[in-house]
Amino acid sequence: MDRRRIKPVEALSLHVPEPLVRPGDKPDFSHVDIPEPGKARRPPENCTAMDIRDLARGVVRVLDGNRAVGEWAQDTDLDTCVKGLRAMIKVRAYDERMLLAQRQGKTSFYMQCKGEEAIAVGQRLALQPGDMCFPTYRQQGLLIAQDYPLLEMICQIFSNSHDTLRGRQLPVLYSSKEYGFFSLSGNLGTQFVQAVGWAMASAIEGNDRIASGWIGEGSTAESDFHSALVFASVYKPPVILNVVNNQWAISSFQGVSGGESITFAERAHGYGIPSLRVDGNDFLAVYAVSRWAEQRARANLGPTLIEWLTYRVGPHSTSDDPSQYRPKEESEAWPLGHPIERLKNYLIAQGRWSEEQHEQTVAELQQEVLDATRKAETYGTLDDGPMPSATDMFEGVYKEMPDHLKRQRQKLGV
Amino acid sequence: MARMNMIEAIRDAMDTAMGVDKRVVVFGEDVGYYGGVFRCTQGLQKKYGKSRVFDTPINESGIIGVAIGMAAYGLRPVAEIQFADYVYPGYDQIVSEAARLRHRSAGDFSAPLVVRMPCGGGIHGGQTHSQSPEALFTHVAGLKTVIPSNPSDAKGMLIAAIEDDDPVIYFEPKRLYNGPFDGHHDQPLTSWRNHPLGEVPDGHHRVALGEAALRSEGDDITLLVYGTLVHVALAAVRELGIAADVLDLRSLIPLDLEAIVRSVKKTGRCVIAHEATLTSGFGAELSALVQEHCFWHLEAPIERVTGWDTPYPHAQEWYYFPGPERLKKAIRHVLDATPAKQS
Ligand SMILES: Cc1ncc(C[n+]2csc(CCOP(=O)(O)OP(=O)(O)O)c2C)c(N)n1
Repeated sequence: MDRRRIKPVEALSLHVPEPLVRPGDKPDFSHVDIPEPGKARRPPENCTAMDIRDLARGVVRVLDGNRAVGEWAQDTDLDTCVKGLRAMIKVRAYDERMLLAQRQGKTSFYMQCKGEEAIAVGQRLALQPGDMCFPTYRQQGLLIAQDYPLLEMICQIFSNSHDTLRGRQLPVLYSSKEYGFFSLSGNLGTQFVQAVGWAMASAIEGNDRIASGWIGEGSTAESDFHSALVFASVYKPPVILNVVNNQWAISSFQGVSGGESITFAERAHGYGIPSLRVDGNDFLAVYAVSRWAEQRARANLGPTLIEWLTYRVGPHSTSDDPSQYRPKEESEAWPLGHPIERLKNYLIAQGRWSEEQHEQTVAELQQEVLDATRKAETYGTLDDGPMPSATDMFEGVYKEMPDHLKRQRQKLGV
Repeated sequence: MARMNMIEAIRDAMDTAMGVDKRVVVFGEDVGYYGGVFRCTQGLQKKYGKSRVFDTPINESGIIGVAIGMAAYGLRPVAEIQFADYVYPGYDQIVSEAARLRHRSAGDFSAPLVVRMPCGGGIHGGQTHSQSPEALFTHVAGLKTVIPSNPSDAKGMLIAAIEDDDPVIYFEPKRLYNGPFDGHHDQPLTSWRNHPLGEVPDGHHRVALGEAALRSEGDDITLLVYGTLVHVALAAVRELGIAADVLDLRSLIPLDLEAIVRSVKKTGRCVIAHEATLTSGFGAELSALVQEHCFWHLEAPIERVTGWDTPYPHAQEWYYFPGPERLKKAIRHVLDATPAKQS
């Protein structure tokens, strides 16, 4: 037999992924293959990973201009859309106000989710009370979609005397068991696998609650992502594994985390976990696919991995300047548009919304955020106080404070 | 000589090492095109190319793991962990692999790598951008652990670390990046521009690992410090108007025990300070060593001033940070202590 061989090269060289464009270049998303809306089929919930292999490479899209099209279009009623739109507008208003507060020195740090509002909001609306999300720092929408009190969120941002986390955590690292929002860690990836454990517990107990894990595409590189997938594939617990692919991880484009050769949804195939890639800026697609995965989970059909295709419009956080590593105009060139605009236009076309109503809602929600901010300020800001007491730092390290901590607290004289 | 801040000095060290030794490669999260979130590697990719300076996936275990593979091959990898608080996924690779490779293979293989990581608080970074985990590394046989306190040492020690044949954990006290922060957070930061140690020798400047430096001299008391606490100690001494030996340890392993013993035997009094938590911190090791080697010379019990045994808080960080006031109190206490007073 003719065993052909590839000729070795003279010298090996390392492949280092590099985005197509950098600052000064013209934005270019020609490599992102965006199929037409409505083309992706809606498989039965009891499908296997292999049955829907194609959906991990395609993109589930519902919104086609002003229409909802395809097999996924029926899942989202107009009331849900209106609810989603309001929540997304509120998220935007909240982010804008908190960014301003950070610039004014009222807090140390902030992270917005501009352009990604549909994903957390859409999914939360598809979940039930009692379900637990294990979010990253960009899922404030999970709280706001449930009308979590803005005042409490802002007090956390200001680390003030009313901060329920008592000034211990960096701004945006919220926690609320009551609202199904697991305490946020600053360490990437660690919580993705914890979501799997929570879901396993629900199955062990014979409960009907499900978990939803969240991770950025950059953080899928962490070993904990792979741990999550292997446990999810072995025990098939009721968990939705969300990968938010917003193209950038601080200054690193998605190719640095392996996105050059394979989609993030396709990673699930190695573990036999059904997975789909979805237009994350399309509220109807987000809600429909979240619902599908939620029903699979609750029917004991196991985990689903969803890659949400989106774009991080703002800087990574208040600590970086994206014009140093990507073209300034890149977000405008993103082919999937802006989620709030798209949902608004759809609802207007359906006769359920109007420009005036939109403007009025924006103004009303901005006012609500402003009022909550003013109120929070009366409880203190990071620069001006009052802040949680120094004693508090010794509390809660253990359930009962051990003697050595009591001695240290005494030494501090608080 | 050039005037530099600590970021520039660290960059200059890598630049110098890469210029003379093709085996030196630099990588980590965001270190390539962007030049690192603290900009320590800015410009290096442009100068040395993408296969010597590159971004890595966000996987600290992978970063250390590939560094070990490269080092075993014969390269000199300098891996950046974005914050010391994020090294834990790579801890197994450091402890079980890098630290022991030489010993377990009887010298057949070794892992001459450097892990650079910013440490310490004072930037309102909360519990995940403020930690000082040096004791987790000094406790491990086979690792060297060093912490510079100024630009000149930062360069010299990083070059020495890169040239070292053993794995070196290189901590960068991030509160010192832009100036010699003395713990007075309510006062404006002075810059390295006017500080003698902001003068950094050009070219191949090497500070041997394992040599402490005396930052001030005096007979009253010995202060054993490193990193940010060097500047806090100097401020405390100045404000108390005492004459103290402020010994900047620079390198924790290997440790300049001789310098410590010499000083404590002279002063008879010792205060140890670090930003890391108290229990099982490196101060415990120092205290034990001073006791072992200087017991009959001590006039007073040794005291430690450290971070508390709690996570680093966001809002209350200045209650956590062992600043000049706490240090002064401990110094006064040790200076006042006499055997007569105790009885
Ligand atoms: C274990 C760990 N390593 C590094 C970091 C520093 N860091 C914070 S966010 C971030 C980028 C994450 O990108 P991605 O997962 O894509 O999420 P995105 O910020 O885009 O939403 C990095 C490297 C961290 N927080 N934790």
